[in-house]
Amino acid sequence: MENENKNTRRKFLDKGLKIGLATLVGGLGLSQLTSKANAKSKNHSGETMELMTADGKLIQVDTSEVVEVTHSNNHEHKYNVREGMPNRKFVMVVDLAKCKNALKCQSACNKHHYITGDNAWMKVYKMQEAEDTAPYWLPMMCQHCDKPACVTVCPVDATFKRKDGLVLIDNERCIGCRFCMAACPYSTRVFNWGEPGQEITLNMDMTNHTPSPEHAGMPSIKGTVDKCDFCPHAIDNNELPHCVTACPNGVFYFGDKYEDTVTNGEETVRLSKLLEDKSGYRLMEGLGTSPSVYYLPPVDRLVDFEDGLEDFKEFESVEPIEPLEKSE
Amino acid sequence: MNDHKIIIRDLKPKKFGKRDTIWTISLIVIIVAGVIAYIDQLIKGQEVTNMRDYALWGIYISNFVFFVATSFVGSVTVAILRLTNNNWRTPIVRIAEIISLAAIIMAGITIMIDMARPDRLLNLFIHARLQSPITWDVVIIPSYIVISLLLLYFPLLPDFAILKKHFKKKKPKLSKLYGKLALNWTGSKAQKALQEKSIKIIAIMIIPVGILLQTIDAWLFSTTYRIGWDSSSLAPYFISGAFVAGVGALVTLIYIIRKAKKLEEYITDFHFDKLGKFLALACMIYLYFNINEYVMPLFTAKEGEVDHLNELFTGSYSIGFWLVTIIGLILPIIILLFKKGRKPKVMFYVGLAVVIGSWWKRFIIVTPTLLHPFLPIQGVPESWRHYFPSLHEWLITFATLAMAFLIITVCVRYLPVIPIQRTIDELEASKTNTKNTSS
Repeated sequence: MENENKNTRRKFLDKGLKIGLATLVGGLGLSQLTSKANAKSKNHSGETMELMTADGKLIQVDTSEVVEVTHSNNHEHKYNVREGMPNRKFVMVVDLAKCKNALKCQSACNKHHYITGDNAWMKVYKMQEAEDTAPYWLPMMCQHCDKPACVTVCPVDATFKRKDGLVLIDNERCIGCRFCMAACPYSTRVFNWGEPGQEITLNMDMTNHTPSPEHAGMPSIKGTVDKCDFCPHAIDNNELPHCVTACPNGVFYFGDKYEDTVTNGEETVRLSKLLEDKSGYRLMEGLGTSPSVYYLPPVDRLVDFEDGLEDFKEFESVEPIEPLEKSE
Repeated sequence: MNDHKIIIRDLKPKKFGKRDTIWTISLIVIIVAGVIAYIDQLIKGQEVTNMRDYALWGIYISNFVFFVATSFVGSVTVAILRLTNNNWRTPIVRIAEIISLAAIIMAGITIMIDMARPDRLLNLFIHARLQSPITWDVVIIPSYIVISLLLLYFPLLPDFAILKKHFKKKKPKLSKLYGKLALNWTGSKAQKALQEKSIKIIAIMIIPVGILLQTIDAWLFSTTYRIGWDSSSLAPYFISGAFVAGVGALVTLIYIIRKAKKLEEYITDFHFDKLGKFLALACMIYLYFNINEYVMPLFTAKEGEVDHLNELFTGSYSIGFWLVTIIGLILPIIILLFKKGRKPKVMFYVGLAVVIGSWWKRFIIVTPTLLHPFLPIQGVPESWRHYFPSLHEWLITFATLAMAFLIITVCVRYLPVIPIQRTIDELEASKTNTKNTSS
C-alpha cells in the first residue's frame, strides 16, 4: 500500500515537473517569436550596409538585420579560467619575411605585462642555422603547444592547457621547482628569481590587482614562473595581443583556428590558405609538441636582414627603466 | 662468556673524545652558516643564487642527485649482500644503513631547498598530478626513508637490549632509552623468528624501491627534451652511478669510523679487500654506461649532441669532466684491480676520489645540458651563459653535507656501528664449527 502511494506521488511530481518545464520552454519560445516579429515590423529601414563574409566577399545587408553583439565585461563568470573561452582555438602566424627586428613587439609586451626582470617573454632571435644558409630574425614567444611538455611535468597543475589552446600559469599555485622551464624546448619560460619589484621600478600600485592566469605579470610573484600568455585579457576586450598591434611591419597574425581566420590588424586572411600558400611550418615539429604558433619562411623579403642589426642587443631584452618616472 | 664481554666492550657506543667533539662542533658551525644563508634566500628569493633562466637548476639539484645516489648503498650492500649470503658483510652493514638513511633524509631536505616556494609545499599533495616525475619523487623518497629506517632499526633490537643491560648501573638514563628502543626484546625464539622475517621482507623490499628511487631520479631528467638528458639509458646509468657513489662513501666512512673507534680487529683487511672488489665491480659497470652516454652519441653526431660533448671533452667543463672520469672512475678501477690497492689506507683515498668524483659528476650532468638549449641564448645578460654556484649556494650545500655527516656522527655515537648480537652469534657459530671439526 505504502509503496503504491509513494509511486503515485512520484508520478505526480514527475508529471508536474515536466509540464512546468514544457510551459517554460514554450513561453520562452513564444516571447522570442513575438519579439522577432516585432523587430521586423518595426525597423525595416531599407538602408543597407556593406559587410564582408567569411570567405572574403562583400555583400549588402539591410541595417535592421545587423545586430550589435555586446561583449560582456565580466568574462570570468562566463567561462572557467582553467577551461578557456568556449569553442575557440587561438593560433598565431609569424611571417619571418616581414620581420626586421624592430623590437616593437618586445617593448609592447614588456610594457603591458610589467616585466621587470632581465629576460623578456617575447624575444627576437638572430638566427642562422648553418654557415651557408641565410640569416633571419625569429620572433619567439610561448608556442602554446597542444602537447605542452611543461604541463606534463608540472607536479601541481600550476601550468595548464586550456581548450582554447592557451597554456597559462597559476602563479598562486606554482611551487617554483622550475621543472617546466627544464622541459620547455623553446626556452620561453622566465623565472622571478627575486622580488619582481614592479611597485618600485614601474611605480605601480599592485595592491588592487589579484593575480590571474589571464593576465600574466599583473602582478608577477616572487619564486614563480612567468611567460607569454597570448594576452587573453586583450582577447576578452576584443583586442589583439599587444605584440600583434605593436608590430609596424605586420609580422604577427593572430586568430582562431576554428574560424580559420587570422589577422595582423591590417589584413584578415584565411589561416589554411596562408599556411598553404607560404609554406607555413612550426618550430621543432619533430619533437611532437605541436605548437599553436606557425612560422612563414623568410622568403621574398621586403627588408634586408642587416637592417635589423642596428636594434639587435645580444645581452638585453628588457630595456632599463628610468626609476621614478611616472608614465602611467 | 668472557668473549662476549670483550665484544660488548669493544662495540658499545663510546663517549666522544676531544677530536670527535671538535668535529661535531665544526659540523654544527657549518650547518648554522648554511641555515643563515638559507633564511636569507627565503627572504630575498633565489636571486641570491647564481641560477638564472638558462641555468635554472644548479648545485642544489646536483647535490640532491648525489644524496639520492649515495642512499643506494643501503639497497646494494645490505640487501644484495644479504640475499646472496655474503657473510663478510656483518661488520659493515650497519654503517651502510646509517649512510643510507642520512643520505636519503638529506636528499629530501635538499630538494626542498631548491624549491623557490617552500611555503607551498602542501600543494604537492593538494594538487598532486600523477604524471609528473616530481610527484613520483614525493612518493618514493618518504617510502625510502621509512624502509631505510626500518632496515636500520630491526637488526638493532637485540643490540639495544644488550646495551640496556650493559648501561644499567653506570648510566641509568641511557639504559632506559635503550630499553625503550629495544621494544621489550628478550631474544625469545618467537621474537627472533619475527625479527628475522621482518628483516627479510624489508631487505627484499628495499631493492626494488631503491632501484625505483634511482630510476625516478633519472627520469626527472630524461622526461625532458634536453640534449644529454634525453637518453633511454639514463636510468640504468644513474643506478650504476649510485652503486659507485654509495660504495665509495661506504669505503671512505668505514675507514674513518674504524680508525676513530679502533675497530681494526673487527673490520679487517679481509673486509677491505672484499669491499675493494665490490667497488671495482661498481666502477666497471658505471664505466660501461659512461661509454654508452658519452661515446656512442659521437657516431650519429647530431648537431646539438656533438656541441654538448665537445663542451665536456674540450670546452669549459672539460677539466671537471676529465678529472671526474679519470681520477674518480678509471684510476680507481686500475688501483682496485691490484691486491695492494685494496689495502685499507689506499682504499680510503680511492674511496675519497670516487665520492668527490661522484659528487662533481652530478654537477656535470646537470649544468652543461641546461646551458645548451635548442635555441641560442640571446637577450639576457652575458653572465647568464655561465653558471658557478654563489656564496649562498656553497654555504647551503656544505651545510647539507655537514648535516648528513652530523646524522652519521650522532648515529655512530649512540648506536653500535657493528652489530653486537650478530658478531657474538657468528663467534659462537665458528666455535661450534671448529669444535665439530676437531673432534
